[in-house]
Formats: sequence, structure tokens, C-alpha cells
Amino acid sequence: MTLMQKLSRTPVNVSRRGFLRGAGALVLSTTLPVRPGRAQQDGEAASGPAVPAFLELHDDGTAKLLSPFIEGGQGIYTTFAQTVGEELDLAPENFSVEIAPAGPPYDVMGGFRLTGGSASTRTSYNLMRQLGASARAMLIEAAARDWDVPASELTTEPGVVLHPATGRSAPYGMLAKAAMDLPVPADVPLRDPADFRWIRTPVPRIDVRDKSTGQAKYSIDFEVEGMLLAAVRHAPRLGLAPASVSNQAEIEAMRGVDSVHLLDGAVAVVAEKYWQAVRAVQEAQIEWTEGEAQYPMPADFSSDAFRETLAATQGDLAEVESTGDAEAALQSAETVIEATYDAPFLVHGQIEPPSATARFNEDGTLDVWTTCQAPEMYQGTAAQVAGLERDQVNIHSQMLGGFFGRHFLYATANPFPQAIQLAKAVGRPVKLIWTREEDFLRDAPRPLGLARFRGAVGPDGPVALSAEVVGEGPTGRWYDAPAGQDASATEGISGKSYAIPNTLIGQVFHPNPAVIGYWRAVGHSMHDFMYEGFLDEMAEAAQQDPFEMRRALLSGNERLSTLLEAVGTLSGGWQPGPYAAEDGSQRARGVAMASPFGSEAAAISEVSVDGGEVHVHRVWVAIDPGQIVNPAIVEAQVQSAVALGVSQTLVEELTYENGEPTARNFDRYSILRPDQMPEVQVEIVESGAPMGGVGEPGLPAVGPSIVNAVARLTGQRVRSLPLSRHDFGGA
Amino acid sequence: MQLNINGTTQDVDVEPDTPLLWVIREELGLTGTKFGCGIAQCGACTVLVDGVPTRSCQTPADSVTGTEIRTIETVEETETGRRVVEAWVANQVPQCGYCQSGQVLSATALLTDTPNPSDEDIEYAMVNLCRCGTYNKIRAAVRDASEA
Repeated sequence: MTLMQKLSRTPVNVSRRGFLRGAGALVLSTTLPVRPGRAQQDGEAASGPAVPAFLELHDDGTAKLLSPFIEGGQGIYTTFAQTVGEELDLAPENFSVEIAPAGPPYDVMGGFRLTGGSASTRTSYNLMRQLGASARAMLIEAAARDWDVPASELTTEPGVVLHPATGRSAPYGMLAKAAMDLPVPADVPLRDPADFRWIRTPVPRIDVRDKSTGQAKYSIDFEVEGMLLAAVRHAPRLGLAPASVSNQAEIEAMRGVDSVHLLDGAVAVVAEKYWQAVRAVQEAQIEWTEGEAQYPMPADFSSDAFRETLAATQGDLAEVESTGDAEAALQSAETVIEATYDAPFLVHGQIEPPSATARFNEDGTLDVWTTCQAPEMYQGTAAQVAGLERDQVNIHSQMLGGFFGRHFLYATANPFPQAIQLAKAVGRPVKLIWTREEDFLRDAPRPLGLARFRGAVGPDGPVALSAEVVGEGPTGRWYDAPAGQDASATEGISGKSYAIPNTLIGQVFHPNPAVIGYWRAVGHSMHDFMYEGFLDEMAEAAQQDPFEMRRALLSGNERLSTLLEAVGTLSGGWQPGPYAAEDGSQRARGVAMASPFGSEAAAISEVSVDGGEVHVHRVWVAIDPGQIVNPAIVEAQVQSAVALGVSQTLVEELTYENGEPTARNFDRYSILRPDQMPEVQVEIVESGAPMGGVGEPGLPAVGPSIVNAVARLTGQRVRSLPLSRHDFGGA
Repeated sequence: MQLNINGTTQDVDVEPDTPLLWVIREELGLTGTKFGCGIAQCGACTVLVDGVPTRSCQTPADSVTGTEIRTIETVEETETGRRVVEAWVANQVPQCGYCQSGQVLSATALLTDTPNPSDEDIEYAMVNLCRCGTYNKIRAAVRDASEA
């Protein structure tokens, strides 16, 4: 067994038992094994939140907050600054926010924490409020002691403690040191939401100026004294190993080169400068041989053949949910339609390539600075690679240049184990950057997915729907969720709210040879496309309007009825078309809905076809996250989710031939260009339901709304993404 | 070789064909210019060479001796650059921010040449990729920063 194989099932406090337990208490996430934040658990309030661990108050009146979750564009640092600031009574712009290190008390998801599942705000909203409220009480107590007056006579204005009776006041900065030495009070009352100043307002992001002037620092920018730079070349097919580098001596003689290293499935060059390492490793003449890997790619693997395999795979259906008797209803129905839908492998395509800097210290500890969404998990793996105890490893997550699920712990997809091995080998700190080509080779792609639908319609619409989702989800792969309980394998086909009287939804497990991963919106990223597309097919079969049919199927569901009406109104009233637009193009619209990550979303898209290609002109999204913190950030996240949704619907697809991905960079793997970006209008509906996620929920309804619009316009029902595989020249 | 970067002549000792990107990042320590794809597709590495947006990852260092090279670190030294940055902040353009150095420099070059760009001008000039999909805010910020 190789080192990487041993690491494959690294214990991360997320055992199968942990998964099931988490699933039982699953109010927060349908995908990730997330449990409530500590602050939300019974008994936690009795001891007060760990204010000194999370908050530093400085004598200049500013505050530093350590965030359990990494900033990667989603705006979590600003969200937390305004949430803590609301209760602390300190304006958000006075905060600096940094990522917290691995371990307690930052493992706020119950022994670990990760940035994902659109879970950061909703898991920690109460904790952040309690931190701010307790810290404010400590400042008041410090002033009360100093002034020898009862704390109950004191109040605050932003950044200042006041004693109204005497007019005495002191800025937070003057009280900071004394306050932070006080015990943390428990059960401090929270502010009445009716009195919020910052929560629910579009507070500007605290990081945009640095990000507009090149000052923001990412993992790739990190430097440590005395470090060397490293580049790798991965085996073109996962499972191959380097047998030798025939020109190793020549490479080691190249300018700046320190050394050449044969790693598991890769060759690395360590040099004084990164470009020297890249140039050298590109020159390496590597003989590849069959090696060992936990998930070796079959040498004959092709994504096209795999799609056919999934389509042909019959097997035990692990039931996920059912109502009525779908089989009987399908047997007895007059009109039954069947369809198979599929969606391709996708890379994450975050613009910052993965990187890691590793440094062994004289005291036996190891520091790792890297692109990371799950520090506790990285810590465990890093300790195994380095041969250290977990508490000897410091994981420093760096601000992410995009993530979308790229930087969870996946067997062979993360650069930090290589960086640790290289630092150990050369006895100096090493920064390893994966070039885009190496990132594509070892990314953990969104799995290719496929589902078979059968539907029965009567005069009043759908009477039965059955769906068999064939394949494997990332939560099954990495957290041992069994078929039928792996939400990531079916969500978006399961978890729908339409009142169809007879349904049967299940998973037919079939292993995926690729190192599959989480991609923005996870299972929802493709399953809502499949379900909502098929639902439109049922509407056609029933000769019903797709919007009206959804309205009828949601009758009595106030939250979703409201949302559907909201998106209709936002788009100027439902008008499927086709109709002639002002520019003379023929256009049509489609509608779709999704229930992802504790939130609800509805989308309408407007499309035309030109030169055989689909153009998406406008997208309207109504989103109901229950409750929100920052409407500007919610809107930006929906814009972003729409962009990714349009991108994967129009152009994205990672194909494999002979066990290798056929694209290694953005030249052969398209992502959305600026001229392909539709206008986007967003309406936020706050139903008051428990807080849901925001980062991902804007995505899943976008694809099916486009595909449904295309069907309306062209009569072509697309059941296989992306649209660029299809020719609409006949339209 | 000598390179004029941000108004200062720098002596750099690199292989002549080293990409300008890595000279800027590693020899000069200016990390605002980003490595994204290495094949001139994404534009994260955009710098201005004699005012022209240039993909520094595919620009050999010895091909730009004798030119004036500007990176994001000095974008605010021109009035147009300042206006672009303020428009980026006012429109809250960045999300992850990784591509934004290149976006801001591309916009600065566009507005320096064409203070009142048409929609087509903007579409032609603003071609860098953004995986966060900030394209609509980028367009709005460019319009805000134009003189019209």
C-alpha cells in the first residue's frame, strides 16, 4: 500500500457513524455531514462563547475576528464582520477578519469544520451574534468597574461605552485590554432584529479595495524565508507511476535546479525559482509504469463509454423517497413517457491554481500554508504524510482565488502532501504550485451523472413519476454514505416539493472510476436539470403550460407558490413565447425551480438560437433563503451562481479517453466568457423560514430553465449537457 | 537584462525567454499579477506594455526590453486608473478577486484609449475570464468609470 492509499480514508471525525448521526440531526445541509454549530447546541450558552479565541479588541478601536470559514469570494468575512459588529456595536468596517487555525474551538461543526455546503453563515450566525453580544457586555463591565457604576446604567453607541447619567464615555479601544481580561458572560441577550443597523443591509465588502488593487494575498503569493519552489508533472493517467527520469542528470544541471524527486504518480523538480522548476520538469523524460493508486483509472476508460454503461446499468434500487404507488400508477396510466438524462464530468476551474507551502520547524512542528476548505481534515493527512502527531501540524488556510468545491480533501487532488514530502526531502521550506495542466489532471471532477425517468400524466397533469439515478455521489465516496442515504447522489431529483401523488425516487449505485468531488451545488448542479426538464416533458404530454402546471403542483405550498409568483412577476409576467425580440431574434422562455441547501430558488431564462448556438439573454432568479444577513452579497452570489449555471449548461464538459482527461487547460475546456453572460435580475424573498444557504442555491434552477426555453423555442428537448454538444441549426 | 517596470528600470538576471509574469512575481516580488492558466487564455496575468493589455504569462522577458511595463501595483498613479479602481469598489465588483488585477488593468487601458466606450468597445476589450461570474458588475463599473 502506498502512502496515498493509506491516507485515502483518513479519519476526520466524519466516520460512517458520524455521517449517520449527522444525517439524523440534519437541519442544515442535505449534502455535507454538517451538524449544528456548537453555539446552537444545548448547554453551550451556559459557559459563554469563546470570545478571546475568536475576537481581539485593539486599543485603536478596531477588532480582529478569527473566522472558522475561509473567504473565497462568497463574502463570508464581511458577513461575519457585520453580524458580530451588530451585537458588539462596532461598525463592520472596523473589523479585520482572518482565518482561524485548525482545531478547537474553531471546529464549530462538531469536531471539525469545512467551508462548503453553503453552510458557513447558517451554522454560525447565532455563534457570531453571541460572540459580539458577550464582548459588548465585557466592554461595559470593564467601564463599570473603572467608573465604579453599575453595569446596568451603561449603554453603547458604535465603538463607545456611555454612561448617560453622567455623560461619561470611553471608546472601545481604551477599554479593550481590561475587557478582554474579564470572564466571558453567558446568556447575554441578543439585539432585537427590529433594531438591526447592519444585519439585512447591503454593507460593503471589507475586501474589495485590496482585491481591486492587487493587494489581496492568496496561497500562491505566500512566501517564507529560505523557501524553494517546486513544480510537478503528474502521470497522464492516474495509476501510473514514474519508473525513472532518463535525463535526470541533465535536469539537475539546469539553472537554479536543486533536485528531482520521484513521488507517487508524479515527478517533481525543486528549484530556486518557480519558472526554473517548471521549465526543468517540462524537460524531464519520464518513463511511466503501472503503479498503485487507490482509484486507478482503467487504461481504456472513456467518458462516452461510461455514459453508455450507466445507461445500461440495472440493479437494486436503493429507495430514497416515495409517495403513493408509482409502479401501479404507471402500469395503469394511459399516457406514460420515459426519458434518460445525463450530465458530464466538470472541472472546478477556479482561476487560482492549487498550491501549498510546507515548512518543518526546529521544534518538530510543521507549518502548511495552502488552498484549503477543510483544515482539520488536511491536518490529519498532513500529520500522516509528515510522520507527526496531529497537534504538531499547523494548517494555515489562505484566502482562495475561487474554490467551488476544489479544495476539500480528495485522495490525489491536493498539492499539500507533495509539498510536505518535498520539504522533508530537501530540508528547506518548499512552495509547490500546480500548473493549470497539473490541476486539470488531478482535479476531483463533478461526477458524470445519469437518471432514468418514467412519468404518467392524466387530464389534470402528472399522476406518477419514478426516477432511477445511476452512479455514485461524492458523499458516498468520501464519507461512506450508503446508496439511498447519499444525498449528493440524488438531491435535485429527490427533495422536490411538487405534489405528484405517486412517486418513487432511488439510486442504483454504480462506482465511478474518477476521483469524484464536490462542485458548486453538488448533486443539485445536474439533478435539477434532469428533473425539471422531465417535468416540462410531462407538461407537454399533458398539454399543459409548464408554469401553470408547476403552480398547480405547488397548490397549498405557500412558500414555493410565493416564490414561483415572484419570479414570474420579476420577469414581467410569465410569457413562454416564442416571440420576436426588439433585435429581431426569436426568443422563448423556460422556468424551473430547485430546493438546494436549505433554500428555495426559481429561475426563468430567455434564449435565442443564432448560428446553431444557444444564446441566453436574460435570467431572472427569485431566491428564498428564509432569512438573510447581507442582500448585496446574496445578490452577488446569485449572479455568480447563475454564471456557473449558464456556463455548465452551455459549454462545460470534461471528457476522458484512454483513462486520461482530454482537456488540460482552458483552451480545450471552455468556461463562460464575458460575452456569454446574460443579464441577471435577482429578487430576494425572505419567508422567515430557518436560514438556508446562499452560495450554491442560485445555480440549480438555471440550467433547466435554459433547456426548457430551448425546447420551447426549437422543439428540441435536450437531455444531455452541455448544449454545445447539440446542433440547433434547424431552428 | 533591463526592464522598465512601474517607472523604474530594473536589472534582472533571468533566462531571456522567462515569461514576464514570473519576472514580475519572483524577481521583483510584485504578486498582484496572477498566474492563472499559463497559456494566455484567462487574462489573470494581464499587465500593460506601453499601455497595451498584455498576457504576461506568454510574453518572454527579452521581448519587452525598452518598453514601459505597468502592473496593478501602480494602477492608481494615473487618473483613469484611480477612477477605475473607485468604480470597482463602488460597484463591489470582486468576489474571490483573483482575476481582478487583470480586469482592472484591461479597463484602465480601454478607458485611457477610449474614454467613452460603446457597448461593443467594452465587449471587445473586456475579455478576461472570471470564474465567479462578476461580468455584469465589471461592465457596470467600466460604464461608471467612463467619462460619459
